[in-house]
Amino acid sequence: MNKTFLIFKHEFLNTVNRKGFIIMTLVVPLVALLAIGIYHVASGISKPPPTETEKIGYVDQLGGFDQDTSQGNITLVRYDTADEVNQALVAADIKEYFIIPPDYITSGLIDRYTMQKELYPPPELMTAINDFLLSNLLTGKVSADTAARIQAPLNLVTITLTETGDVAAEQGGFGSFVFPGIFSILLVLSIIFSSTYLLQGLGEEKENRLIEILLSSVSARQLLTGKVLGIGIAGLVQVAVWIVSAPLLLRLASSSIGGFLSTVQLPAHFLILGIVYFVLGYLLFAVISASIGAISSSSREGQQLIAIFTLPAVAPLWFISLLMIFPNNPVWIGLTIFPLTSPVAVMIRLGVTGIPAWQLLVSIAVLCLCIIGVLALTIRVFRTYLLMYGKRPKIGEVFRSLRHA
Amino acid sequence: MTSTHSLEVIGVSKQFADTKVVDNISFDVAPGEIFGLIGPNGAGKTTTIRMIMDIIKPDSGQIKVLGDSLSEKTKDSIGYLPEERGLYKKLTVAQSLQYIASLKGITAQLAQERTQELLKRVDMLAHQHKKTEELSRGMSQIVQFIITIIHEPELIILDEPFANLDPVNTELLKEMIFELKSREKAIILSTHRMNEIEELCDRVFMIHKGRGVLYGELAEIKSRYRRNSVFLEYEGEFGELKGVVRRNDRYGATELILNDETTPQEILEELVKLGVTINRYEVSTPPLNDIFLQVVGKANE
Repeated sequence: MNKTFLIFKHEFLNTVNRKGFIIMTLVVPLVALLAIGIYHVASGISKPPPTETEKIGYVDQLGGFDQDTSQGNITLVRYDTADEVNQALVAADIKEYFIIPPDYITSGLIDRYTMQKELYPPPELMTAINDFLLSNLLTGKVSADTAARIQAPLNLVTITLTETGDVAAEQGGFGSFVFPGIFSILLVLSIIFSSTYLLQGLGEEKENRLIEILLSSVSARQLLTGKVLGIGIAGLVQVAVWIVSAPLLLRLASSSIGGFLSTVQLPAHFLILGIVYFVLGYLLFAVISASIGAISSSSREGQQLIAIFTLPAVAPLWFISLLMIFPNNPVWIGLTIFPLTSPVAVMIRLGVTGIPAWQLLVSIAVLCLCIIGVLALTIRVFRTYLLMYGKRPKIGEVFRSLRHA
Repeated sequence: MTSTHSLEVIGVSKQFADTKVVDNISFDVAPGEIFGLIGPNGAGKTTTIRMIMDIIKPDSGQIKVLGDSLSEKTKDSIGYLPEERGLYKKLTVAQSLQYIASLKGITAQLAQERTQELLKRVDMLAHQHKKTEELSRGMSQIVQFIITIIHEPELIILDEPFANLDPVNTELLKEMIFELKSREKAIILSTHRMNEIEELCDRVFMIHKGRGVLYGELAEIKSRYRRNSVFLEYEGEFGELKGVVRRNDRYGATELILNDETTPQEILEELVKLGVTINRYEVSTPPLNDIFLQVVGKANE
């Protein structure tokens, strides 16, 4: 049997059998399930039954505010004096009250009295009072239709067009941003775990000297390829489990966020690009991990070194709110092309805005070149430094040995 | 093409940065012999072994295994037991053996058969499903040795195989090494312990500061480094003998150091004439240890 395949099989089974791997694979869907549960419970507590109406009182010192006293679930009850309305509040006939002063037209001031402690007035209450005042101010002055339009003058519907002026298949919006967001977080998780496994494995083999037996049985290229692919496929299996469990979770969440998510259309080009960047991103980090595993003296030191490279991978997620406001800032072009940040940057940008084809092509090309370059360097340092125990070569030495190799 | 040599090292040199670690060494190992590779720490033994294993490429010179230049294929004909060693902690004994065996190019079925056979041979069949981290130190060392020979290699390289082994396991290992020798395998033994070399090896190659300083049959080397002296166990008394420069007396025994003109034969005749009862008379050869120190000392001068 092919030796690369034997190493692949060994590494794959070894990774899949790890306790940490099994826990991580199960924990992500469980956390999602928990989040959905908490969402359900929280929304159940915060939302009162819709049939229950609330009464709030008001005193009209200006006069003329007696129309449209029923606003949704809120009924407005008119009282003649401030004393009366205060009595009603103390007697709990009404929940709260407000007073329209005689100079309301010029000042716009409304005094609101409530027994609730709150940071900010409840929005539905604000809307109710606002609509009540507005309709009473307009009654008799404009037609009912105009009054309704003044209340809600802008029902904005945005339609994204393609370069040819046709309606684009993907209309963007928050929904289509959710998937790229989730996908890029999964990508980062998978990359970090897989490269950690690769580092740990190499560190262990270096510490127990099995690396000598391995290198005396197979070539450095076979060892590296088998390891990178074996652990990589295990990482993909993990992501696959997460993705497969998603529809199940969505069904559980169907009454709330699930309904919103199921309306999201996932365009085909996004999936294809997602897979391309997933694979390329993993490969780049895998070969970087392998070379760091070869150079570092212990697996702990290796994990510190790899952080230098995993930080940029996560970096685009830090700027995610900036992207939403300035999607076409040139910084994003840089992040899209720079190989360490590109997998995540592309995923996020795809969700928010389009990416010009040339940027995608340049970014994929740079990524591929980097993988090939780092792989070539890794195979060179691999044999030399895997056999050096207990001491880490200085950067200068590494470069010198690269020239000599 | 078949070769009479299991291993040929021809004029091999290796330089790391500015230091010549191995400098133009040549030796060969034949099937059915135990070959000692000796030298002080840092002499270049490990580098030499790694070049034979094709882990490191030599700068110049040639290495042939079973008559072929080194390639991925020759790796399958070599078994290597590194000096500092370990096992996959989380795998069982059988899994570890079969994984490494499969990397050495034998089929899964054969690997399984050999695993059973060898574990039975060392009386460890009961432990085959134990994780290697549960084994005692001696046991895991035996497992490592089995890993080295499971694929029936023609050339076996053992780096300090007896280190930290108890006498029982040491004997077991020696027996197995002799079995391999009797099956015409070539065995290279790299060690610091000269008594092991004297006990096991047919020929030796000594490397010091990257250069070959001693090479040949053990008996021949010993006679070459013979101090002109005899060892004698006797009863009776004798005075000064002609041609004896010095004598080192012990109880009932003595070592007589002879001058260059005198042979052991002449001294024996003289002793018989004097009527001394001789229980043992032996032309003494120096221990390999002394030769080692002498050669290293000379090279350092």
